[in-house]
Amino acid sequence: MWALLWCSAPMMAQDYFPNNEGVKNENHNYRAFTNATIYVSADQVVKNGTLLIQNGKVAGVGKSVNIPANAIVTDLEGKSIYPSFIDIYSDFGVKKPEKASGSGRSPQYQQSREGFYWNDHIMPEKNAITSFSYTDKDAASLRKVGFGVVNTHINDGIARGTGALIALNKHGNDADRVLEDRSAQYFSLDKSVASRQSYPTSLMGSLALLRQMYVDAAWYAQGHVATTDRSLEALNRNKGLVSIFAAEDKGNALRADKIGDANGIQYVILGGGNEFEWIDDIKATEATYILPLNFPDAYDVSNPHQARYVSLHDMRLWNQKPANPKIMADKAIPFAFTLSGLKKKDDFFKNLQKAISYGLSEKEALRALTSRPAEILGMQDKVGSLEQGKWANFLISSGPIFDSGTTLYENWVQGQKHSINTLDVVDIRGEYDLNLNGLTYQLNITGTPAKPKAEVKQDTNKVKSKLNYADNWMHLNLQQGEGDQRKMFRINALASTDGGNLNGSFVDINGKEASFTALKTKAYETKGPDAAKKTIKSITPLTFPNVGYGYSERPKAENFLFKNATVWTGEAAGVLENTDVLVKKGKIVKIGTNLGAGGATVVDATGKHLTAGIVDEHSHIALLSVNEAGQNSSAEVSMEDVVDPEDIDIYRNLAGGVTTMQLLHGSANPIGGRSAIIKLKWGSSADDMIYDNSPKFIKFALGENVKQSNWQSFSRFPQTRMGVEQAFVNYFQQAKEYQALKNSGKPYRKDVEMETLVEIMNGERFISCHSYVQSEINMLMKVADKFGFRVNTFTHILEGYKVADKMAEHGVGGSTFSDWWAYKYEVNDAIPYNAAIMQRQGITVAINSDDAEMSRRLNQEAAKTVKYGGMSEEEAWKMVTINPAKLLHLDHRVGSIKEGKDADLVLWNDHPLSVYAKAEKTLIEGAVYFDLEKDAQQRAAVKKERNDLIQQMLDAKAGGSPTQSPKMAKKEHFHCDSL
Amino acid sequence: MKTFKIFTLIALSGFGLIRAQQTPADPQSEAISIVGATAHIGDGTVVENATLVFENGKITALAAGAATQGKVINAQGKHVYPGFIAGSTSLGLVEIDAVRPTRDMDELGDMIPHIRSMIAYNAESKVVESMRPNGVLLAQVSPKGGRISGTSSVMQLDAWNWEDAVVKADDGIHLNWPASYRRGRWWMGEEPGFHPNKKYGEQIDETLQFLANAKAYNQKPATEANIAFAGAKGLFDGTQKLYVYANGEKEIIDAISRLHAAGVGKMVLVGGYEAHKTADLLKQHQVPVMVNATHNLPFYNDDDYDHAYKLPALLVKAGLLVGIQNMDAANFQVRNLPFYAGHAAGYGLDKETALQLISSNTAKILGIDAQYGSLKVGKSATLFISEGDALDMRGNQLTHAFIDGREISLETHQTKLYKRYSNKYKTK
Repeated sequence: MWALLWCSAPMMAQDYFPNNEGVKNENHNYRAFTNATIYVSADQVVKNGTLLIQNGKVAGVGKSVNIPANAIVTDLEGKSIYPSFIDIYSDFGVKKPEKASGSGRSPQYQQSREGFYWNDHIMPEKNAITSFSYTDKDAASLRKVGFGVVNTHINDGIARGTGALIALNKHGNDADRVLEDRSAQYFSLDKSVASRQSYPTSLMGSLALLRQMYVDAAWYAQGHVATTDRSLEALNRNKGLVSIFAAEDKGNALRADKIGDANGIQYVILGGGNEFEWIDDIKATEATYILPLNFPDAYDVSNPHQARYVSLHDMRLWNQKPANPKIMADKAIPFAFTLSGLKKKDDFFKNLQKAISYGLSEKEALRALTSRPAEILGMQDKVGSLEQGKWANFLISSGPIFDSGTTLYENWVQGQKHSINTLDVVDIRGEYDLNLNGLTYQLNITGTPAKPKAEVKQDTNKVKSKLNYADNWMHLNLQQGEGDQRKMFRINALASTDGGNLNGSFVDINGKEASFTALKTKAYETKGPDAAKKTIKSITPLTFPNVGYGYSERPKAENFLFKNATVWTGEAAGVLENTDVLVKKGKIVKIGTNLGAGGATVVDATGKHLTAGIVDEHSHIALLSVNEAGQNSSAEVSMEDVVDPEDIDIYRNLAGGVTTMQLLHGSANPIGGRSAIIKLKWGSSADDMIYDNSPKFIKFALGENVKQSNWQSFSRFPQTRMGVEQAFVNYFQQAKEYQALKNSGKPYRKDVEMETLVEIMNGERFISCHSYVQSEINMLMKVADKFGFRVNTFTHILEGYKVADKMAEHGVGGSTFSDWWAYKYEVNDAIPYNAAIMQRQGITVAINSDDAEMSRRLNQEAAKTVKYGGMSEEEAWKMVTINPAKLLHLDHRVGSIKEGKDADLVLWNDHPLSVYAKAEKTLIEGAVYFDLEKDAQQRAAVKKERNDLIQQMLDAKAGGSPTQSPKMAKKEHFHCDSL
Repeated sequence: MKTFKIFTLIALSGFGLIRAQQTPADPQSEAISIVGATAHIGDGTVVENATLVFENGKITALAAGAATQGKVINAQGKHVYPGFIAGSTSLGLVEIDAVRPTRDMDELGDMIPHIRSMIAYNAESKVVESMRPNGVLLAQVSPKGGRISGTSSVMQLDAWNWEDAVVKADDGIHLNWPASYRRGRWWMGEEPGFHPNKKYGEQIDETLQFLANAKAYNQKPATEANIAFAGAKGLFDGTQKLYVYANGEKEIIDAISRLHAAGVGKMVLVGGYEAHKTADLLKQHQVPVMVNATHNLPFYNDDDYDHAYKLPALLVKAGLLVGIQNMDAANFQVRNLPFYAGHAAGYGLDKETALQLISSNTAKILGIDAQYGSLKVGKSATLFISEGDALDMRGNQLTHAFIDGREISLETHQTKLYKRYSNKYKTK
């Protein structure tokens, strides 16, 4: 290896380097390529043009280029020249770091480095060039599919440092190849494999970490930090470089863009190929994208049992993803392509052709591989097109580069030739009559010029044959008959450049040699431009969201008059029989009898019950992640960052009459994360589901989970309930001091975690605290008293009944499970009478779920308070509507049927507390998000579309497309303890 | 006085941890007549304004206007039900799920029919006693885990000890049929979703090999005993049922047909997420289904939201014998058995048929229907009186409950705490 490196001479003269190996030997000749169709760039084509190069650069291009005398001229009649491709999301030549070996019985909470940022996964100081090592084997695999330059980077960690722009030039050395040693910074949401530091354990943690990193970098830049932080120094130093963010998913693209917006950075975003599903939001990022071409294989659905496991969404992605580049282009969203994500690089052309067959223009495809990536890096003056003065990085092909029949001959990098297929290959395709030992055979040669295929017949009988074609030598073996009748011929022929008859010699079964001539009877008929590409393929329509039970149009607010219902107002008016409710413009406008519809759709609700939508104070559905367990306080993370609007549990909960949910952080740590409070607007974006002007909440937790009692972890404070108190005191004390400093007018380091705690102390943010046993419930109220605030809610509180008097005095609400207990030691004294006792002590009591299944029948859970403790039916009903709305500070908007409130309503076929009741319609702000009749249609539609797509996949399999075995990406159903 | 109070509290709480169980009731000493109730027989019928008489633990009369005898309980406007029966639970084998010392339901080993649940049954479990105020008076207690988890027994839920509790000892053997798909083990670098289980065939083969060996062994036991093989004897002489846990259509078909071919006489399907697709096969082999409880999310993303709600009705309408169990849930949830049935009634069953799913049907499946599961003259007086509809949360309010005629306590650890703390606030 060393010898190899030593020997490889720099392509360019490094004229101040001494030379002891011979005489001065530099080549300043020109090379001219004439009569070619030259794609100078995606926008400029020169027919019958000349490309002139010298010293690795383009010296001239056009129709009339003067060819100097010291030029070697190659006639490329009929052939094409393209700028070679550029991949700016590459890890070429850079080894992925080794995975840190696990040791010890506990997670590692502290950083393992000194002099760097406090989190190991933030490594902006890394430079790919320092771990770069050129391997021509890998370079060759890239050149083979048309790439000439890559921007490589360390594919590891959240902040990954800078990349390096490398020319894939076999003939030079790194002095030639390294075009730029610090080009672009790279970021992602994934932790480094090289460090075991626990934080961040979650998606929202990664996002919070990036936010804090930028804040800290600014603080550092202002000179407030006495020590050296090489990470932040590098981040500040690299500020001028473009930042590439590996989002790899439409939702993560939006998340990354928000961080960019907050810090004045426009990321270039590595997409996931599913951008088309949320194309308008993607467009709104105004980002340039880097798109993978890793379209999924069809699922092998030939076995119906197995086909069950493939969701409609996954089937659709197979059908729709190839259209992603086209849809991006139609929306004028700029993008480059990358090889990243492709399992086999050799699939590149095939998948690109697929994208084109779905309507992507060849021009955009070429742009995405040449000038666009160059522009992203600000390197358009050097690479990406074939204008004079730029690097002579180009491809020579037999024809249009994206046609399936086209042969890529040569990939020139920095003016150096890399042969892929012999350029002067003679096209021997055609039909011949072959005469051997007096026998006549019909030889038909097809395939590509470089890789021809042979079929041999004698009259109508097929003859076994094998054709090998290399360096214009044809080697053809024939075999026919058996036993005495057996004939064998081994044939050699050098193709003549005129492409006419084939002359050569052969050896028969007896070893006798003779010469032969194969007369060309018919020229090979080249098909026109790819027939397949001509018919643009269409995709199955998208729905909102683009999964099973998604709506073809987003539900819109309608005006309704519910006639003659039993109305559960949840207000002083109580339950009103035979009452009408008028809904207009998303609001409840009138409650009364004999109301006029005034154009509203009349719903006959005779014999039915109309209630406010159910409010669940404690849920973890519709989330991509639930716990940031990497630190004992994670007040900096927000569940609003990780709302998943495509979760089918949203729809299932609508079917249970739920309209509002608080999506809480888990209970892995005493101070958890900030909540997302959403309306279940199935089909809307995450941001549109989150309440406008949402009340601010945060999850706190107590007991076994925060002590890490039920799993092997012994190194994080606190490990006892005694410690839990001090953990709170510690953080609130810090927050108090933080606020004092902030108020003093002196400079202070902005700390998102501290800002959040200050909000709590100022009564601007409310705590919903996971709680079981009385001692710690009492404790948290005392801590709150000490720091001058009020705990808002104890959530799924189970021993609230033991301290209900103290809770009432403190003014905290209690949200509880109806009847859960016995699943862990600390719920041993949980009783189903908890709600009733708390309620009688004057506490605002809610029944919550903390469970994706239970939340969709919270009406039944509320009814249990009638059984356990004798609540009145009206009080029971309030526990899942107006009471949780009060706890969430949303009772002015939802939770009861009152004029002026949001029309979040449920029409039940029976008494809403009855075990036999079923939600028939669920409305949010006057729009119907669930309807039993519509649901029946949806079921039929899902069934039909599944069947259609299954047929398409069966066809694809029959047509020889690769397949994958059916599988199901099962979503976890989160609880508090889910890590 | 103050010291004394503290002393009693400590004594009570210390005591409470060890013995929460209410004192088991004495045998029935006098005839009891329940008068004026709506009697839900458990076989699909109702007797309005019924008089129900029982003596020495047996029902002696049940009719509107039957002559009363002994102690009379006025149940005007109230409802009488047969005690509900929970199948495939680990009641009494696990006290607190997260505390390992209290978990006794999963023994080491893959094919362990000789492992018997009965002897680990904790008759003094606080969880067990909490079943009774909801009407759940009998339960099949079964081991969990592994391939063949062990042998279950049917217990009544008011007893001094396990021998006292047994209604039917060693009633069945529990087999977790292999799954053709399995979850990726993410900690081993696999994708986390469901993938084809490449060892499905191998696992079936292992299971069938074990059963074939057990069958052969029990024809002529070797001189050196094999207690695992011996433990499966009942499957081949008709004395024990095989409870087969399977959910997918493929697994159900494989299980029933292969096990039938292997000579297993009586089978019960437990789970049955796709049993509606295999109804004909199940009928053909007379295999009843203890279907998953209604409080379950759909397994596949594209399934109907109410799949679990309506599945019992689908199976009943297909002509199968159906019971409801909730083996997937924590033990404490078993007390919600009546509400699972109620929920099923909201999705296509009439209420009395829904009641059968947790009474007479389950009794038939468990083989205890001669005594339990319905209110019939001559059967055990295992029944309760409820203020209202016992399948509805609001109506399920028990005033009396009897097991074999013994009037059992409806107090629990939880009702005690309720009273204690209600009093605390009252005295303030």
